[in-house]
Amino acid sequence: MAKNNNSIETMIRTKQENEEINKINKVVFQTDKLTKKFGGLIAVNNFDLKVSQGQISSLIGPNGAGKTTVFNVVTGIYKADGGKVVFKGEDLAGKKPHQIIKKGIARTFQNIRLFSNMTCLENVMAGQHCRSREGTWSSVLQTPGQRKEELEIKKNAEDRLKQVGLWKYQDELAKNIAYGNQRMLEIGRALASNPDLLILDEPSSGLNDKESEDLIIFLKSLLKEDLTILLIEHDMNVVMGISHWVTVMDEGKKIAEGLPEDVYNNPQVIEAYLGKDEEEEE
Amino acid sequence: MKIILEQLLNGLTIGSFYALIALGYSMVYGVMKLINFAHGDLFALGSYLGYTLLVFGSTYVTVTFGIWGGMIAAMLIAAIGIGIAGTLIERIAYRPIYSVGRLPAVVSALGASIVIQNGIMVVWGPRPQAYPSQVVPSVMLNIGGIKITLLQVIILAISFVLMGLLYYIVQKTTFGAAIRACALDRDTAALMGINIETIIFFIFALGPALGGMAGVMVGMYYRKISFTMGWNYGLKAFTATILGGIGNIPGAMLGGLLLGVLEMLGSTYISTAYKDVFVFLVLILVLIFRPRGLLGEKVAEKV
Amino acid sequence: MKLNKNINQKNSIFKSWLVILIAILFIVLPFIINAYWVDVLFFFGIYALLGLSLNIVLGEVGLFDLGHMGFMAIGAYTTAILNTYFGIPIMILLPISAIAAGAFAWLVCAPIIHLRGDYLCIVTIGMGEIIRLTLNNNPFGITGGPNGVFGIDFPSLGSIFVVDNSTKFYYYIWLIVGLTIIGLVNLQRSRIGRAWNCIREDEIAAEATGIDVRYYKLLAFVLGAGLAGVAGNVYATKLMMVSPESFNFMESCLLFSIVLIGGMGSIPGVLIGSAAISLFPEFFRTFAQYRMLIFGAAMVAMMIFRPGGIWPRKRGAAEFKSLLMKAGEENG
Repeated sequence: MAKNNNSIETMIRTKQENEEINKINKVVFQTDKLTKKFGGLIAVNNFDLKVSQGQISSLIGPNGAGKTTVFNVVTGIYKADGGKVVFKGEDLAGKKPHQIIKKGIARTFQNIRLFSNMTCLENVMAGQHCRSREGTWSSVLQTPGQRKEELEIKKNAEDRLKQVGLWKYQDELAKNIAYGNQRMLEIGRALASNPDLLILDEPSSGLNDKESEDLIIFLKSLLKEDLTILLIEHDMNVVMGISHWVTVMDEGKKIAEGLPEDVYNNPQVIEAYLGKDEEEEE
Repeated sequence: MKIILEQLLNGLTIGSFYALIALGYSMVYGVMKLINFAHGDLFALGSYLGYTLLVFGSTYVTVTFGIWGGMIAAMLIAAIGIGIAGTLIERIAYRPIYSVGRLPAVVSALGASIVIQNGIMVVWGPRPQAYPSQVVPSVMLNIGGIKITLLQVIILAISFVLMGLLYYIVQKTTFGAAIRACALDRDTAALMGINIETIIFFIFALGPALGGMAGVMVGMYYRKISFTMGWNYGLKAFTATILGGIGNIPGAMLGGLLLGVLEMLGSTYISTAYKDVFVFLVLILVLIFRPRGLLGEKVAEKV
Repeated sequence: MKLNKNINQKNSIFKSWLVILIAILFIVLPFIINAYWVDVLFFFGIYALLGLSLNIVLGEVGLFDLGHMGFMAIGAYTTAILNTYFGIPIMILLPISAIAAGAFAWLVCAPIIHLRGDYLCIVTIGMGEIIRLTLNNNPFGITGGPNGVFGIDFPSLGSIFVVDNSTKFYYYIWLIVGLTIIGLVNLQRSRIGRAWNCIREDEIAAEATGIDVRYYKLLAFVLGAGLAGVAGNVYATKLMMVSPESFNFMESCLLFSIVLIGGMGSIPGVLIGSAAISLFPEFFRTFAQYRMLIFGAAMVAMMIFRPGGIWPRKRGAAEFKSLLMKAGEENG
């Protein structure tokens, strides 16, 4: 279906191009036999995921496959029941979210989680928390060093706001801006921590076509910043349009991975999404 | 052994007061996610209503309903009066501010509490009042060597019947299922055709009504009532609610009874002066290890 | 844009004039009013300091703390006991009280800081009650039981600076409140204050944004308790005695109301709230026994008509204004 769509076709790289990119790049982030249980339910089961430096990797799968759980375990919100999370050669399993973002992995949430009653600028400023260090006493006394750092934080935040196109809303409360803008603001907040790996949980959900397309262009532009991106996505146009590498997950397990076109035509993947023929009849 | 059992019974008696009051906190919290800080003072008001009837209407009541009638009439008056007071408070102090979040409701509840407490003081005076001594014949029963007063037996019987009734309503009837549904998710419950207004009316009438009856029983048991007693009992009952797991009906009953027993054991085996310290320490320890109370379920945060 | 800037500038000039005007008013007031009202304003100051301290925990971080008077009690009793038994001067005890209350908060709150909302609320109530009951029971014979501790000295530094009458106490407390306000405003405009607000808005997002939620919650409790300890010190020296009943649950509830009546996380709001709580009963003295009745009704009415508080915190450009102005001064 997507093949008939002109705009998508132009966006997809040729197979050779993709293979070349994959060869050059090294794996910067991977999970090794990651497992997470909720009571008796095994939400993530010995899951291996690879993300290569400087690429956009996607994690796809039907609803309830455990994709968001993988993200939550990777970013430390849930504790893994087994397995490793390796980033830049270091095992991050068991670390808390605030330690993980400091290591360079920033994330967004599926159901946008902003600091609603704070301004857009403050939201992005908060994103730099782990990259700043002035303490309580220097803040109480407002020492010159603290003032300097605060101004730097503000300047960086302004740059990030401009980057995500929300400069004009800097003084608006985050809860008062449009839904699409809130998504961008959340990405801006994650970017403010200067991450090496950006993890996005369904960034295009709730966006209209125009906004989705802008998002694709925006994410691609981020690659120039030496950033690696991992995303969960439902919108196949987005997945096929920007991914260098796709991993498919179902019922907590990896069922396929590969270049976008390979995965797209993989019978197992089609089965996971559409179900087997017999099941459909029931 | 005998002493332990007797203390246990004393503890259960006090515990059943706490449990009855705690049920009011827990029901309101379950559905509204609101701590009704005025609940303790409603309990005190119930005690004063029963007192008024027993002192000023005693001859008339006894003539009409017989010797036991006084107690029953007092409890009914307290239940009805406090039920109405509870719904009135909901209408005036809470309903206008549900939409603006939970914290303003806390202050509003504290304000309502101050109003009721000082209202009692204005009407009945600042000095403590004494319940009449002969509401129930003072008979000491001896069951297998364990001494217990008739009044205690009656209090325990009434409390357990009331708790059993409430448990039946909440767990076994359709209406109870509606209440539980509201406690889980009010918006979805409304979409399923449950009339939220009725549920709110019911919990704000029934919870305080139970508290009012507990007020009369406390009056008969200790005989001395004061306008500030609401704070004290309210605080203990709230502790019991949390101990059992807030929003959980069996939890409130368990928490209340357990608190009464702990208090009694604390005053017997540790020291009377430190019994409340002991109770609060137990509460804090329980919460450190079970952050949602004894019967509270662990809720995984949805991310 | 330029016009907007102008309005902002005018606004902030107006605001700074307002602040100066209020400061002058506070300085000259004792010369106008009689000693009774000077005392009333002293207690207004105590409530303001307590309100500011609770505002850190409740207003900035959104943690339900209904046992805050317990921290004040720790500060007050530290002062009372060390002064009357060992004769340590009050001014030395001022920081010691703060540290004692802060350290106590850290010890007590560290194991319970993970509790949420109402569960944390009951634990703080329990903590406050445990402190009050323990003081009441006269452990080791040092707290004097229900009667408390008597004969606490006045604050003094040598023989020149002695705080020994109502007017001096008035200036003393408001000097402390003033310094506290400056420090807290600075904190609000720093990454610390921002981290606190983030936790209040969304704990999980805050953690994922790189904020050590546990650390910042504890920090808020320790700072709040420390300030309450300072208030306890001043309170003890003013009354020259302390007794457990001053620190009961009702008082903690009033503090809670101060923060909400004023507006969560708003420093001017806290001042207005504490004025309302401490001055209201004075103005309604003529109603005698009805005054608390009216007071409670006013609390309800206040929340119905202004649920966000009287002076909620305004966010945005105005807040950054002063920071930029200061930086400009440095560069120029």
